[in-house]
Amino acid sequence: MALSTTSNFASPDDAFRAVVEAHRGLSDEQSADLDAALVLILANHIGDIDVLREAISLAKRRMLEAGQQQQQQQ
Amino acid sequence: MAQAGIQSNFGYRRHVDQERRDGSISEYPVVVVGAGPVGLSLAIALAQRGQGVVLLDDADRIGEGSRAICFSKRSLEFWDRLGVGQRMVDKGVVWSVGRIFHGASQLYQFDLLPEQGHKRPAFINLQQFHAEAYLVDRVRELPAIDLRWRNKVTALEQRNDGAILTIETPDGPYRIGAAYVVACDGARSSLRQMVGADFAGKAFEDQFLIADVRMTAEFPTERWFWFDPPFHAGRSALLHKQPDDVWRIDLQLDRDADPVAEKLPENVRPRIARMLGHDRFDFEWISLYKFQCRRMDKFVHGRVVFAGDAAHQVSPFGARGANSGLEDAENLAWKLDRVLKGQSPESLLESYHIERSAAADENIRQSTRSTDFMAPATPQEARYRKAVLSLARETEFAKRMVNGGRLSVPSTYDSPLSTADRDEWQAGVRPGASMMDAPIGLPSGNGSYLTDVFAERGSGFTLLEFMNGAAVDPPNGVATIRIGGEGGLADPAGLAFARYDAKPGTVYLLRPDGYVAARFRHPDRAAMQAALARATGNDRGY
Repeated sequence: MALSTTSNFASPDDAFRAVVEAHRGLSDEQSADLDAALVLILANHIGDIDVLREAISLAKRRMLEAGQQQQQQQ
Repeated sequence: MAQAGIQSNFGYRRHVDQERRDGSISEYPVVVVGAGPVGLSLAIALAQRGQGVVLLDDADRIGEGSRAICFSKRSLEFWDRLGVGQRMVDKGVVWSVGRIFHGASQLYQFDLLPEQGHKRPAFINLQQFHAEAYLVDRVRELPAIDLRWRNKVTALEQRNDGAILTIETPDGPYRIGAAYVVACDGARSSLRQMVGADFAGKAFEDQFLIADVRMTAEFPTERWFWFDPPFHAGRSALLHKQPDDVWRIDLQLDRDADPVAEKLPENVRPRIARMLGHDRFDFEWISLYKFQCRRMDKFVHGRVVFAGDAAHQVSPFGARGANSGLEDAENLAWKLDRVLKGQSPESLLESYHIERSAAADENIRQSTRSTDFMAPATPQEARYRKAVLSLARETEFAKRMVNGGRLSVPSTYDSPLSTADRDEWQAGVRPGASMMDAPIGLPSGNGSYLTDVFAERGSGFTLLEFMNGAAVDPPNGVATIRIGGEGGLADPAGLAFARYDAKPGTVYLLRPDGYVAARFRHPDRAAMQAALARATGNDRGY
């Protein structure tokens, strides 16, 4: 199974809000702890190492490219 | 502090090889360098096949201290084939259960051998010096082994058909020749330096304190591992029982801890007293170490073959050091024997490198992961570990991610010696995997085990045949174990059939080291011959 990047939620806004609101009132440290736990729980739910690796490489590629664009703009 | 270990002293004895004055040297088929568990076991395995072996060691006694303590089921089965397994088990502490704690409470426990019907347990704990002493006793029963203490190799000269070693002794140097040299001389191998080989890999910054303490205690014979215990906040700890009322304790230290100060008994004692809850113990051994995970690029350098810690090093959490060295020894012994007898081409030794370097990579991968989990390298790694440990309290998936050491299991080889399956198999033991044990009923009515029957068949290839009418005609020189049918051995619990996914007519071809070379539902002689040729390097598919 390949990583699904089409929209899977009936209401994508609800999903985004749920993640964001979970961090309300947390320190950066606590937020990072929460994210780490969340990543592990969701990774296990996916349960497919290839999908997980694809997700990691997408996230990492976007992070690096976004970083470069930011540098160019400066 | 008492020095642990059997203070056996093996006298240096001058050998007639040292008397040569005319420039000529004695030539031997095999010289093994290093009389540790790997070198001793290899020498025995070769001698039992009829090879004369010179075994050199630069010391004159069995090493002090505890060092390796966990010997795996597979190592015990190998030692059974060498005639020393029972002594090891009789002395050793048998265990299969481990517990992982986080803080003051248990996270989970595991059983490494939850099923019945195996002769040997998952592990025994036994101080390395006991194992070495029993192996030396076995060596003394074998006149084919010439064990020379205080013989230190100082130079190596490779030739096309062998090597010449210069050996330093209390009486001065002498030289001998060998068709093959096997270097089992440990992590600081001098032979490795002499062939100019790299030993690259990863070094870990974290320091660990290892202490063997003597006390009488009622802790169960289990492996206990703590993350962040109350007695050693923020670090990990391990407690494990050995024979003679000795307990192995591993404590993770700060990266910047002062090694000299940390090792002082007066500094170690309060830490361990906090761990045990009392002060009634004596130190047998204290040492401090850092891990290295690394291996040689090539295990075979001309006529010099490397085995054990000389070829690869891992961190100790996982019992993958000595056990993998013993797997090296068994893998190499039958191949070297065949090459020396002219039964297989020298290229068969390349399969030793292929199989055992892949095993070393797997061991390094596993032990690096364990070490990284115990000693996270970055704040984010520490954060993920913290998440796993906290989730493990209520979720099964996170328990399975907690890594307090993944203990040694037999390697499985993706090997050029294996013949790929052609038939349908649901389970069983696939080519390249190590044989599984099962209870067996002998014609006398006595019970035995498949591993014992295999050992009794000798030291060559063996057909494991699940009977269906007439017996198959094995290839020349191949022994047989027949199970079921008329005249076959009994399978009283049905476990031999089950573990080998066998039906009447199923045949497995087992290598001398107990690995599956090929398996057939409907064997014919040509297919078995072809599989044997492949497994002996006489039909190079690589």
